[in-house]
Amino acid sequence: MEKPKIVVSSSPHIHEGSRTSSIMWNVSLALTPSALWGVYVFGFRALAILLISIASSLLVEFLLQRISHESTLSDGSAFLTGLLIGMNMPADAAFVVPIIASAFAIFVVKWTFGGLGANWINPALAGRVFVFFSFTGLMNTYRMPRTLAGVDTVGSASILTEIKLAVGSGTVQGLQSTEILEQSSYGHTQFAQSLSNWFTALFNRGPSPYTIDAFFGNVAGCIGEVSAFLLLLGGVYLLIKKIITWHIPVSFIATFSLLAWTFGGFRNGLGLFQGDFVLQIFSGGMILGAVFMATDMVTSPVTKKGMVIFGIGIGFFTFLLRYFGSLPESISLAIILMNIFVPTIDRYITPKRFGEVVKEAQS
Amino acid sequence: MQKIPTFRKGGIHPDDKKVLSNRQAIERLPVPAELIIPLSQHIGAPALPLKQKGDRVEAGEKIGQGASFISADIHSPVNGTVTALNKVTLANSVVSDAFVITPDTENPMGIWEERPYEAFSAAELQKIVKDLGIVGAGGATFPTHIKLTVPRGKTVDALVVNGVECEPYLTADHRLMLEHSEMVVRGVMLVARMTNPKKIIIGVENNKKDAIVALRKVIAEHDFPIVVTPLKVKYPQGDEKQLLKATIKREIPSGKLPLDVGAVVLNVATAFAIYEAVAYNKPLIERIVTVSGEAIATKRNLRVLIGTKVADLLAYAGLAEEAETYIAGGPMMGFAFYDDQTPIIKGTSGILAFTEEAHKQAPVSPCISCGRCIAACPMGLQPTKLYRLIDHRQYSEAMATNLMDCKECGCCAFVCPAHLPLVHAMKLGKRLGRK
Repeated sequence: MEKPKIVVSSSPHIHEGSRTSSIMWNVSLALTPSALWGVYVFGFRALAILLISIASSLLVEFLLQRISHESTLSDGSAFLTGLLIGMNMPADAAFVVPIIASAFAIFVVKWTFGGLGANWINPALAGRVFVFFSFTGLMNTYRMPRTLAGVDTVGSASILTEIKLAVGSGTVQGLQSTEILEQSSYGHTQFAQSLSNWFTALFNRGPSPYTIDAFFGNVAGCIGEVSAFLLLLGGVYLLIKKIITWHIPVSFIATFSLLAWTFGGFRNGLGLFQGDFVLQIFSGGMILGAVFMATDMVTSPVTKKGMVIFGIGIGFFTFLLRYFGSLPESISLAIILMNIFVPTIDRYITPKRFGEVVKEAQS
Repeated sequence: MQKIPTFRKGGIHPDDKKVLSNRQAIERLPVPAELIIPLSQHIGAPALPLKQKGDRVEAGEKIGQGASFISADIHSPVNGTVTALNKVTLANSVVSDAFVITPDTENPMGIWEERPYEAFSAAELQKIVKDLGIVGAGGATFPTHIKLTVPRGKTVDALVVNGVECEPYLTADHRLMLEHSEMVVRGVMLVARMTNPKKIIIGVENNKKDAIVALRKVIAEHDFPIVVTPLKVKYPQGDEKQLLKATIKREIPSGKLPLDVGAVVLNVATAFAIYEAVAYNKPLIERIVTVSGEAIATKRNLRVLIGTKVADLLAYAGLAEEAETYIAGGPMMGFAFYDDQTPIIKGTSGILAFTEEAHKQAPVSPCISCGRCIAACPMGLQPTKLYRLIDHRQYSEAMATNLMDCKECGCCAFVCPAHLPLVHAMKLGKRLGRK
């Protein structure tokens, strides 16, 4: 009689059932609401950009695995990289831009360093930064969202660019960011205005309509970064699924907020504790970066303590770059800067061993 | 309500699957046609054979003599005849000499009569534990008499009895505490007489509430100075380091033993065996084994003679489906084996048969540095770093990164989304690193 096949392997013989691929696909799923919002407010061109970057990422991965004889397409990593690149593009980027970004991300940043798990910076971020500095003008021109199109607007600059330009011109000394935006007649939705009024009526103070628009995604920006609300929703999903922990997003945003609130008023002639950090948090790629980019497992520290240090570092660099750099947006650079420190953090921040320190017996 | 304690660092919460067998009362497996009694059933040197092929043996007769300081005696479970002295491969891949014994067809079992034991001194009790071959029943099979001989100058603050049974599927200790509470508790009191502790604690995970009630009832009846501490369910709480942290809040320093923090840790099944040895002069010749796993038709808790072949247990319990993997012990730290002629030994707490579905194997993918293994490691190690070092054959570097603190509990591999063979690597690294 033929003996049945019996598997003999090392313990443990059970597993919780997680897979690398399920992590990747879940992150993609968590990004989807924000991406769909981008498609809604920026139109079909946004969808085209997203599809092109996903397709080109998958294609590059497919071609590379023909060389390395591996089957990595289904692990979801290339799809996620493509999706993130697409979400980091303005809707009006030339179609070649996401293709270049994807090729750079998958080929140079991921594959040449050894593939999944071996890259030292987030491929999607690297791809974005690469094209950002190659096509600076193109990458900084945003389309106004559909929800703002009817409003009288000055142009298609993002909130951060608008403020940066105004501060640079030196004419807005002593003004808060809301007043700066009002002065340059930057548009906001009627919905945001009424919600702001409602808050003000109820609590005597409330968020400016610009902050509310930034939170819900009625602002100019990259396809996938505008709706802080939907991105946070995705973040909550990842927290529940235990794919990310709170350590990096919270330490990042808390550090940035503290610095921006304390010193953020200086550049337009205000005193200490005058910075409008709330608008800053919900503008630009802050939430996308904090929840989805900085938490990339491969390029963040492995210990909880290391993650907090990593997050603090990103918050610090983001503050410096946003307030004192020449560019309005800087999340990607701040994250990449801290990516460089990850091996060092992991070397020196190690978990406390059981039995390392003998506690005095208490009886 | 009081907060239920557990250990803090790391640990995991696997589906405990105890419901499969925790309502099955202990049954005695009929005497099988043949027993295989290995001479190496414990940590340390194998016992030396005292019998030859063709010799008659009596139930309880010593047939193997402990060979050195760390070793244990072996006894015949039945009246019968030695038909061979062979080499066998045990479930943990140890190759050992073993007696093959054919039990008598009539009256194979020994008769064990109760004897008065109140007069025994501590030294006499220790001698009984040694002479009757008692070893740790939790799986590590460390000879118990060594543990119970407290060196001069050391005192025992706490005797912590391990009723945790944190491995999923296993319910043998649970049923033992429930059905034989009296004997377990009396065994614990005997251990207390040998070690003279200031306090006595039985730690039981909170998923065995009926066992906690049963133990407390017996303790109250006799007014014994024993505290039963319910513990929050978390693997690997049954490890002595985690157990001491959870119960008496002490941390055994790296490379040290429980006695170094003034504690003696002992399994409930060992306490039970000690009671039987002292009160009935009965050696460790049988134990309770959980037969479970998705492929088993009727999951059971069986009282079986040491040396019974796995095939006899499987025949009794029945296979519902084709099994892909057989495991001796629990699913987290037990050993997979392939031969159903493998014997039950003193440390076998369970025999599990898994279907392919329950086994959940996935292909290995690269490490993505998610850090989950670090969060799960109860010893505060960095499994991902150790794995990389061992994979690159840097064994001495791995040893310097505290590889020897690893006790192969499997938490890291359980949570690894890349399905890296982390425990396998640790075992390999230790073996090659020691050279």
